[in-house]
Amino acid sequence: MSAPTHRKVVVTGLGAFTPLGGDVASTWAALLAGKSGVRTLTHDWTETIPVHFAAETAVDPSEVMDRVEARKLDRAEQFALIAAREAWKDAGAPEIHTERLGVVIASGIGGILSLLGSYDVYLEKGARRVSPHTVPMLMPNGPAATVGLELKAQAGVHTPVSACASGSEGLGYAMEMIRSGRADVVVAGGTEAGVHPLPMAGFAAMMALSTRNDAPEKASRPYDKDRDGFVLGEGAGVVVLESEEFAKARGARIYAELAGQGITSDGYHIAAPDPEGRGAARAMKLALVDGGVAASEVVHLNAHATSTPAGDIAESLAIRGALGADTDHVAVSATKSMTGHLLGGAGAIESVFTILALHHRIAPPTINIENFDDEIKLDVVRDQPRSLPEGSIAALNNSFGFGGHNVALVFRSV
Amino acid sequence: MAHSVDEVLAGLAEIVEEVAGIPASSVLMDKSFTDDLDVDSLSMVEVVVAAEEKFGCKIPDDDVKNLVTVGDAVNYIVKAAN
Repeated sequence: MSAPTHRKVVVTGLGAFTPLGGDVASTWAALLAGKSGVRTLTHDWTETIPVHFAAETAVDPSEVMDRVEARKLDRAEQFALIAAREAWKDAGAPEIHTERLGVVIASGIGGILSLLGSYDVYLEKGARRVSPHTVPMLMPNGPAATVGLELKAQAGVHTPVSACASGSEGLGYAMEMIRSGRADVVVAGGTEAGVHPLPMAGFAAMMALSTRNDAPEKASRPYDKDRDGFVLGEGAGVVVLESEEFAKARGARIYAELAGQGITSDGYHIAAPDPEGRGAARAMKLALVDGGVAASEVVHLNAHATSTPAGDIAESLAIRGALGADTDHVAVSATKSMTGHLLGGAGAIESVFTILALHHRIAPPTINIENFDDEIKLDVVRDQPRSLPEGSIAALNNSFGFGGHNVALVFRSV
Repeated sequence: MAHSVDEVLAGLAEIVEEVAGIPASSVLMDKSFTDDLDVDSLSMVEVVVAAEEKFGCKIPDDDVKNLVTVGDAVNYIVKAAN
């Protein structure tokens, strides 16, 4: 358990490239407006798989990135770089010795579009035609390395991989880099670009994806009785974390404090959640202890809530298990109802949302709940955003991943 | 198939523009791929493979390291393709 003498870690910059927008402002505005980023796919392979929709990024990276730069980067690397540039600029491009600057960009799958695309080239044209950029584009640490090169970061560049918990684990790892004194500033986040028939066929074979082909924008419906699986999304979220002393010394604008993290594993099943959510509950409790946050201070929670029948219930049990009666005053938002599930990017973009919720004192809505599932014993923010109280408040962000990974982050208002 | 020096230079310039974003008009015989045209070792492999396809010749990996300037490559391709 962490000692309370840790250096405080604060958030000073935000970046986003998502199905709702090409930056933080447009993404946040669409989120508060309850817009869905889910659309019917128009690829030539769409009809070859059982699920015909996903949440692709609202802006194509080619619209904002130089062609020559883009052709050497996997789509997931492009997302991460665009979001990192926004976050870095938003933080005021801190002047820092590069040996004190770290980067942690997580990914669930890595450069799968490059991997599969290069394999197609190999099969069709032979080994000689396989691009020399293939390996740097497919390696899961590619996005972190790309951002690290951009910023010349030399305190360490890292890529936690824990499926759909990766993004949050990335922020947690970055926090530890700052707490332990390895770095003063860490650019942290998560990215994913897996809209391709192979991963989609694989998720579909697990019965994990919604098959609501006739109404894609209604398909991601956490906490609704008729939810039938998650909707694949793509994109990236990135934050700039700093030690509080470094941020204050340079007069940085501080959005929130990343107060604590809790990481556990289920030891239960490779894909199914522990039906009682014990590991998830323990992660939330550990995060609160780590951050010195009382359950009574928590007023908002960005749930993992992927819209799967089993997962949403297990998490709701876990939340009540961790927060007890204090659960009743927590405004719960399931933002995947709008963004879809960004896999390794999910925890990062949902951290951005949690930070903005504290900063602006407003919890984003959950859309598509037409028949609320009575088994969910949570106060869910439905359809319209909800104001959060004044004063010192805290919020949790949950992320869980195939493999039984549980990560809870707790943020505190400043 | 025979190619003139001018044809090969023009074709190579198009490839360098595609790979490295350098305007084709800047790809001149005396330019160094690495120092002048921002073509790193990985991108050089792309240039070579694209040139092999365009001019129907083979450029073995052992010879690529000797192609320092655009002129080196043009002369090599003219010889190899003829």
